[in-house]
Amino acid sequence: MSIENVDTDQIIPARFLKATTREGFGDNLFRDWRYDKAGNPKEDFVLNQDKYSGSILVAGKNFGSGSSREHAAWAISDYGFRVVVSSFFADIFKNNSLNNGLLPVQVSEAFLQTIFDMVEADPGTEIEVNLEQQQISIAGTDHAETFEINPYKKECMLNGYTDIDFLISIKDKIVAFEQSRT
Amino acid sequence: MQEIEGGPSVLYIDKHLIHEVTSPQAFAGIDARGMKVFRPQNTVATPDHNVPTIDQHVTIHDELSRFQVNKLTQNCENHGIELYGLNHPYQGIVHVIGPELGITQPGMTIVCGDSHTSTHGAFGSVAFGIGTSEVEMVLTTQCILQPKPKKMRINVEGELGRGVTAKDIILYIISQISTSGGTGYFIEYAGSAIRSLSMEGRMTICNMSIESGARGGLIAPDATTYAYIRGREFAPTGEDFEKAVQQWESLKSDEDAVFDKELTFAASDIQPMITYGTNPGMGTNISGNIPAESDIESTGLKSFKKSLSYMGFEPGVPLEGMPVDFVFVGSCTNGRIEDLRAFSDFVKGKKKADNITAWIVPGSKQVEKQAKEEGLDKILEAAGFELRQPGCSACLAMNDDKIPEGKLAVSTSNRNFEGRQGPGARTMLASPLTAAAVAVTGKVTDPSGLIQ
Repeated sequence: MSIENVDTDQIIPARFLKATTREGFGDNLFRDWRYDKAGNPKEDFVLNQDKYSGSILVAGKNFGSGSSREHAAWAISDYGFRVVVSSFFADIFKNNSLNNGLLPVQVSEAFLQTIFDMVEADPGTEIEVNLEQQQISIAGTDHAETFEINPYKKECMLNGYTDIDFLISIKDKIVAFEQSRT
Repeated sequence: MQEIEGGPSVLYIDKHLIHEVTSPQAFAGIDARGMKVFRPQNTVATPDHNVPTIDQHVTIHDELSRFQVNKLTQNCENHGIELYGLNHPYQGIVHVIGPELGITQPGMTIVCGDSHTSTHGAFGSVAFGIGTSEVEMVLTTQCILQPKPKKMRINVEGELGRGVTAKDIILYIISQISTSGGTGYFIEYAGSAIRSLSMEGRMTICNMSIESGARGGLIAPDATTYAYIRGREFAPTGEDFEKAVQQWESLKSDEDAVFDKELTFAASDIQPMITYGTNPGMGTNISGNIPAESDIESTGLKSFKKSLSYMGFEPGVPLEGMPVDFVFVGSCTNGRIEDLRAFSDFVKGKKKADNITAWIVPGSKQVEKQAKEEGLDKILEAAGFELRQPGCSACLAMNDDKIPEGKLAVSTSNRNFEGRQGPGARTMLASPLTAAAVAVTGKVTDPSGLIQ
């Protein structure tokens, strides 16, 4: 999806934030770009085109800007993506993704353009992401890059740990901290 | 509170603000663990995103909205959290009520499941927006994991010109650094022009920090800050207040503090601003033109064209004189008493243009009350406007206040993304003063030429 500055209002419009559970947001992913007013799929939007498939979303720079709605990460995950690739991510979205097992992979602008060019030329092009090795590569070519990820977050992602489990495990320290302040 | 080897730090949260949209799944999480909210006394709740702005005494019509607002009430009851619910005298937009109740104080760590939490940084607090999973962390342990951000200082020096307001300053800054220029940073705003602002003006600036990508924005507390806090409902009193002020005074950045990035802008370069595109960085002075394609860097041309196509604007054309359909005054950016005063002062004795539908929404019940005490509602009525009831309203159009498809709105809110104010709605962001000028002329208007 070669569009820059994709904000979270596009990823999941506000009118879908009335839900009180985490399910079903995938149906409304990019709602107003995917469907017209009458609810018919828009032919020119990438998600509606059969020639593309897979669990990696590749997007233009500054992905996920705007609102802190974690529902954006839920929608992308629920739709079936496991990785988002871009040359730049907004902070809050990046954090929300990491907290939900959705991997944000930041690549150089040049590499991103290479992906777009190759996929444009051949929609069957395969992208591979290896979290353990922090590598992203275009299958069958020499094109590859390593990506950064915070070691703690990587550990959590690989093992399915959540921050909240960690925080609960140090509750005694938190109480001690509160007492030390009074 | 604690550093994790190679990871984020554990940050203790002094105040957790919650509202009805980003909390339900967090409460479901803590309930599923069979746990109770750890520090309900440090938690403050109010419904704001979904609430109607008229007939609030009647039940909410939209079923999903009603359910979500009721869920917040239930959750607060179950966990002993103070709720300023619909029709409570303290209810309002969460980032308006925190400061006006004296809950927001310098030096505090404040979080909320809403990106405009940066607003509270105007008091010199460390305040930022979080996602629902993090809301759950704070509910459960009063802590959050946060990597240390980089530091940026933005100085604005000099005197502001006639008709130039805090909103124009922040729109100018974002137009200069872009919507990703602040990503990874917390920004400290400084300089004589910033110092000259009232607390409400400072809140407008810090509020929109997130639009540049910066999670937090701060302004060092000073006498203006302490005078604002003094006497508010939950502010310290008597000797405690004086002691607090002494502590707050010590929070300033050191004289020789080094920032990862530092920028300086001249206040004299800032004129009343308006956005013409589909992100808050696409703004320029109202007296100018939409950039021509030749003004845009080739890498940004595709986005620029897509934006203008959505807005139905041509590149290179003048902004003044464009006909407008709607005017929205409100939001956590510009929904406070000074904003309502600015709007009312301008429209006093004048009439709303026939082609304009206007929604004037106070940021809280207390703002509404004060507006009525000052007679602003009467001034508005005489000019053909109506003062509505508090809520986030048309800023993100989760309630019924939606800008219809294709219509153009000049709005004092903070985001002009495609469909933000309603599917197909077109938004131009501006100050309350500019909104007033537009409401009266019916077209995009630079207010600076029209005021004393």
